[in-house]
Amino acid sequence: MTEEIIIAGFGGQGVLSMGKILAYSGIMQDQEVSWMPSYGPEMRGGTANVTVILSSERISSPVINRFDTAIILNQQSMDKFEKMVKPGGVLLYDNNGITHPPTRKDINIYLVEAAKESALMGSTITFNMIVLGAYLQIKPIVNMENVIKGLKKSIPERHHKMLPLNEQAILRGHEIVKQIQETKSILV
Amino acid sequence: MRELRLMKGNEAIAEAAIRCGVDAYYGYPITPQSEIMEYLTMEEPHKRTGMVVLQAESEIASIHMVYGAAGCGKMTMTSSSSPGISLMAEAISYMAGAELPCLIINVQRGGPGLGTIQPGQADYFQATKGGGHGDYNLIVLAPSSVQEMADFVGLSFDLAFKYRNPVLMLSDGAIGQMMEKVYLPAQKERLTDEEIEKRYSDWATFGKKANRERNIITSLSLESEVQEKHNFKLQAKYAKISQDEVRFERIACDDAEYLLVGYGTSARICQKVIQLGREKGIKIGLLRPITLWPFPSEEISKLANQVKGILSVEMSAGQMVYDVKLAVEGKVKVMHFGRFGGMIPSPDEVLHALEEKLIHN
Repeated sequence: MTEEIIIAGFGGQGVLSMGKILAYSGIMQDQEVSWMPSYGPEMRGGTANVTVILSSERISSPVINRFDTAIILNQQSMDKFEKMVKPGGVLLYDNNGITHPPTRKDINIYLVEAAKESALMGSTITFNMIVLGAYLQIKPIVNMENVIKGLKKSIPERHHKMLPLNEQAILRGHEIVKQIQETKSILV
Repeated sequence: MRELRLMKGNEAIAEAAIRCGVDAYYGYPITPQSEIMEYLTMEEPHKRTGMVVLQAESEIASIHMVYGAAGCGKMTMTSSSSPGISLMAEAISYMAGAELPCLIINVQRGGPGLGTIQPGQADYFQATKGGGHGDYNLIVLAPSSVQEMADFVGLSFDLAFKYRNPVLMLSDGAIGQMMEKVYLPAQKERLTDEEIEKRYSDWATFGKKANRERNIITSLSLESEVQEKHNFKLQAKYAKISQDEVRFERIACDDAEYLLVGYGTSARICQKVIQLGREKGIKIGLLRPITLWPFPSEEISKLANQVKGILSVEMSAGQMVYDVKLAVEGKVKVMHFGRFGGMIPSPDEVLHALEEKLIHN
């Protein structure tokens, strides 16, 4: 099993920390993991993205240009990464601020209205965990128990009181994700 | 008992340094390696082992602090990224001349000049062919995973003290910034002053006792005969290192018809290229130099007898390719492929380059 994921959005949306939680969850299941962030000008306010790979084997390149899953959280990232999803792969996006929704027919497309939902939950910091929950609903590559362990590892101890809210957000993500396109293409 | 963590390459270096019993780190911040000193500052290793961590006023100051501490027989290190290493070049040549052990880490970024803060591998010539002036060599190790970032700290100091020679770890921004699983070594005690005196009393300067001759650390000798003799001694040492310390990894080489040569991040990308190529029926192998100096020339020469062509993959305009060509001695075609200025080649691009330059040509 190898799952190659790009998570892309604005700096501040929790893109990098979502990737980190996913990587930690993988470690809890004895998987090999890599977490390769964009760094530099991006982290100072522009776009941010991270490539996360979880695998049962030694990971070759942490830098890749074709993904099993793209999690896309703004228009710039949609423009850049929609075309990099492998045929038959998964594109998950939040439509908040998206003016040009995905158009490819050979991939599976899912929608999670995480920005809207996090506002309804009364705490916008739950945004990235709702997205993570949506992703894990589509591809349950790590189980919930290990995600919670991963959360504990990657959140500083002083913020551990936020754990129940994060868990609630993940579960909310499970519930609200919608498949809007299914493709018959076989993953190559 | 080895401990498992998820860490950035830069953080792994810092934690490994504390655990290896390093006495002192002197540095000056620069992207993409600032996490090394950040981590060390946050960890407060003086409370754990007594290790000194000091932010100097410049790279030039930090390497000279390393020079001073190394002269006392201490385990001492610095880190920087490309432009900062250029500033250190003079002192590195002095330390090679004075035969002092130390660890210098270059987490490379794209150049030349201030260049960019994104990853690069364009300091290969600087690392392996000098950088500073004079006939000297650094032992150059090229980690290609976060695990190796941690492991090579201890290895570097072993080699540095074994040969009394500066060791350079040539990494890059991608490996510095990425997180992977890493098994950390167990904590070692720092050497006491008495242990240092016992081990290094024939060269280190820690206060002369009446019962021995004075140790002098210098790279200056105004008598040419003496300086030539010193150079012969250095060259003999370099010959010994070349013979005994070559390190490399062979990946999928046994049945390979085409060979990639790559180190660091490029070597990781090449492993994906092997997979993509083999899916298309192209038997690709990878020779990954772990020591860039001494270079695994002999192994590459052997592989040149077996393969139809060799592609050197670097995030530079073509530097290591010269060493590959010297090793191959014209036996097969050797080409270079690289992206640079902060760009990282994609596995697809590398495979395409291999097909274009070696197969369809």
